Amino acid sequence: MIALLLRDLKLSVRSGGGALIGVLFFMTVVAVIPFGVGPDLNLLSRIGPAILWIGALLASLLGLDRLFQAEREDGSLDLLLMQETPLVLTVFVKCVAHWIATGLPLVIASPLLGLFMNMDEVAIGATTLTLLAGTPAITFIGAAGAGIAVALPRGGLLVSILVLPLAIPVLIFGVSAVYAAIQEPAPFLPPFLILVALNLFFAVIGPVAAAAALRLSSD
Amino acid sequence: MRLVAEGLSARRGEDLIFQDISFEIAAGEALVVKGPNGSGKSTLLRVLAGLLPAEAGTAKLLAAAQPVERLSEAAHYLGHRNAMKRELTVEENLAFWKAFLGDFANGAAVSVDEAAESVGLGSIAHLPFGYLSAGQQRRMAMAKLLVAWRPVWILDEPTAALDVDAEKMFTGLVTTHLARGGIAIAATHQPLGLEGVKELRMEGFVYAHPEAWA
Repeated sequence: MIALLLRDLKLSVRSGGGALIGVLFFMTVVAVIPFGVGPDLNLLSRIGPAILWIGALLASLLGLDRLFQAEREDGSLDLLLMQETPLVLTVFVKCVAHWIATGLPLVIASPLLGLFMNMDEVAIGATTLTLLAGTPAITFIGAAGAGIAVALPRGGLLVSILVLPLAIPVLIFGVSAVYAAIQEPAPFLPPFLILVALNLFFAVIGPVAAAAALRLSSD
Repeated sequence: MRLVAEGLSARRGEDLIFQDISFEIAAGEALVVKGPNGSGKSTLLRVLAGLLPAEAGTAKLLAAAQPVERLSEAAHYLGHRNAMKRELTVEENLAFWKAFLGDFANGAAVSVDEAAESVGLGSIAHLPFGYLSAGQQRRMAMAKLLVAWRPVWILDEPTAALDVDAEKMFTGLVTTHLARGGIAIAATHQPLGLEGVKELRMEGFVYAHPEAWA
């Protein structure tokens, strides 16, 4: 399993791996917002956390379709399916590798992008923390979509559309936890704990659904 | 150890590709599946590898060194695609499969270097897989069979894109595998040069609705 994790990480940084595509897209989205919204600093700092979260969500969806498609194209998926190792575990490890390669860079880049949005330290800290807790959930949900669309030649957009409704709760609780942290009366912990719960929930449901979809899709 | 298939049928869409195929292979024996294009050779092998559901019938590995729930757990599958990553070097590819697949009960596999040597490409194992020619890629995919011990080899057109020397080399690999008590099932058009193998001839389509074609 460690071997699979290391291989996927290696692949993500080699040519065509696309580890940086997501974070570049994230930066592009957030960087153009101040130009579009205009130089109203108060407005920027108010919408900042939401913009960062939306940018991170869209960037996480990018590249999810390749999660299993690349394995299928070169025949590796056949071998992964045949093993005694539970397929759910294999899928889980692939999701973890995918998150480390594409999700973690988003979390690391978010404080820098928070400065673009004129956010203060607390808001930046809260956004980074909620992204750390929330982006794995998006990867796990996305794995289910990627499993369903694995046999489709242009499944990229389909994966996003399939996955987006399930990712909405993650977005809602992620953003509301940040606002709870910066607006005094609202407590931070309840929305944050729900976000963590969503993460754990999808960490189980996502790989199970993806494994079932992969079993059915083999031809 | 015996591989027993009983009354296997498989379906693609409406049509039965083949039906009621039965055979039995003992340790050290090979089965060569022959037949024209589209007669269901690949489908049969994918059913055996557990990658397609059988419409009817079963395929089981009896009296194996460790009890297996599915035949596929004790099998290597070499399909049309090589299951190697173009971006990684040959060594990295082989080392990954060695670590991921692991050895089946009481069998020992050779190291990555030895496997690359035995397919005659030890000197270029440091290159990215994508740089190799089609024939070299195929040879390296065969080296994958050696780095993890599996008693059953399921081989789909193994010698496509190979030159005469490589075919001989491959025959040697299969012979060694059989001598160690393995089982090999190969679908092929070319003569593999193996001696004393069983042969299974696939007939082809059985249409579900023959009248539709009248």
